[in-house]
Amino acid sequence: MTAAPTETRPEPRVVRREALHFAVRNGKLVTGFAVVLVLLLTGLLGPLLLGSAPPNEYVAAPMLPPSAEHWFGTTTFGQDVFTQFVHGLRTTFAVGALGGGIAALIAMVVGFTAGYRGGLPDEALTMLTNVILVIPTLAVLLVVNAYLGVRGVAVQGLFIGLTSWPWAARAIRAQTFSLRTRDFVDLARLSGLGTGRIIAREIAPNMSSYLFMTFILLFGGSVLIASSLDFIGLGPTEGVSLGLMLQNATQWSALQLGLWWWFVPPGAAITAVVGALYVANVGLDEVFNPKLRTT
Amino acid sequence: MRRYFGRKLLVYALTFVVAVTVNWMIPRFMPGDPVAGMLARAGVSQPAAVEAMRVYYTNLFGLDRPLWQQYASFWGTLLRGDFGISIWLFPTPVSTVILRAVPYTLGLMVPAVLLSWVAGNRLGAFAARRRLLDNTVLPLGYVLTATPYMWLAVILAWGLGVVAGWFPVAGGYSFSLQPSFTAGFLLDLLHHWVLPFLSLFLVALGGWAIGMRNMIIYELESDYASYLAALGAPARLIRRYAFRNAVLPQITGLALQLGVLVAGALVTEIVFSYPGLGSLILKAIQNQDFFLLQGTFMFIVIGVLVANFVIDLVYVVVDPRTRAGMAGARG
Repeated sequence: MTAAPTETRPEPRVVRREALHFAVRNGKLVTGFAVVLVLLLTGLLGPLLLGSAPPNEYVAAPMLPPSAEHWFGTTTFGQDVFTQFVHGLRTTFAVGALGGGIAALIAMVVGFTAGYRGGLPDEALTMLTNVILVIPTLAVLLVVNAYLGVRGVAVQGLFIGLTSWPWAARAIRAQTFSLRTRDFVDLARLSGLGTGRIIAREIAPNMSSYLFMTFILLFGGSVLIASSLDFIGLGPTEGVSLGLMLQNATQWSALQLGLWWWFVPPGAAITAVVGALYVANVGLDEVFNPKLRTT
Repeated sequence: MRRYFGRKLLVYALTFVVAVTVNWMIPRFMPGDPVAGMLARAGVSQPAAVEAMRVYYTNLFGLDRPLWQQYASFWGTLLRGDFGISIWLFPTPVSTVILRAVPYTLGLMVPAVLLSWVAGNRLGAFAARRRLLDNTVLPLGYVLTATPYMWLAVILAWGLGVVAGWFPVAGGYSFSLQPSFTAGFLLDLLHHWVLPFLSLFLVALGGWAIGMRNMIIYELESDYASYLAALGAPARLIRRYAFRNAVLPQITGLALQLGVLVAGALVTEIVFSYPGLGSLILKAIQNQDFFLLQGTFMFIVIGVLVANFVIDLVYVVVDPRTRAGMAGARG
């Protein structure tokens, strides 16, 4: 590859370096990713640094306000809110990554196939996408999760992924559709490349930024859906999540008792993660789309 | 136009069939035996009672017949409007329980969705290409749209309800009152409605404002806008044309967002113990009332399908291209 003629090969590298140049100078992108990174590290390292104490253990007097010892105070039962918070963050990122990842995968398979093949497969897949698009996701998840006796984070993420892909599939299909008649795709087809390889090597790389942004939105969507499910009482049966913390807080009248340190942090963290991802997404759009650059 | 509606109706009919099939499949193909699960959760210890319940549930689901017969009879009872008997409010039929809750959900959702859509569009269109406004509306919009519905509801209930004491934080009306068409009761109803409405309205507002802002910027950069500007048309006129074009994707967006909005209404109701479908779902889950849960699911699906169709009708009125049978109809 290194011996390839210089006038064709350097191009992707230049594009990548240019993207990086704009990326580090884009305030939205840097801020967004910084917020996500800080919270991700808190979720990953927090449980390790706090030792092996289970998050639902009763460790102190109940209803303590935030202090140096208990950063976020304690619950009505004397559980440490900060310990629950860091464990909950971990769960939130896991559900987002799993649900968003599975949804992105299905969306890519459906979108690429429908957009590139056209004809009957396109008709069938578009119909399927439209049908699933109309069904309210949360309502399906409610019924499914209610029948699952034991619920885990992985299963929750799996079902969220299985139900939240349609809009992304539609978007990817439209993009693929506009790329498939370009000269370089025709050339690849003429040179005898198979469909799978054309999609993987010619089409997908040309919309990689778009795919990444779709994944970010699917990730944020998964986090929000999971927190709603948890809040309704269909969250993981074991462990903690930010949605479960909110559910417990409202169920045990934290509102009436004025225990704001119990219900403010989990919701604020969800908002911060999802909001930061959305803002980073706008930043990414500006980096990859020269028309949107303002500076 | 006939082709447009024909295609739409086909999608909705298929969606309905898929939803009913999913509803039928879940109890039957989930790991574990639903009847055994229900019996275990009922916590009955006498063997005679357990056996009686097993027979009752098995007959109810028709689990002893071939699958295709079970499926056919499921459709039969559904089309007769029979959703089964609620276990939580035994022996009230599920459809009665749901119909009692639906007005509250609709009364909350319809104004919140429509007003947030209108206000969000105005706000977004106003903010686009105005530096100062854009720099405040845009970040605020992203924060609002990233907020979980129930969290904003909790914060509002705590701040304006518990701390300030301006609004009640639970129920659809005061427990001391009987529902009636008196001024006192209606005022009480309104008083309980404000906070759930506000939290739904605010979260949805952010998304619409951002969408509109982006669409207006896109439209203002298009050829017709430049052409009008070159002709010397006033900026206000150009903006008005841009707005009319930008509204179309927002209508499509409204249809796409319906599922999210319903989900938001459900969790908001749970926060405020508002007597709509959300609180019903919570009760159904807490009492293991699967008939009620599945009945609510069917009602939500039907409601979303009807709303989608209404939006299609509106789209035809707003966008003349669909009437002429030209391109421009949404997917």
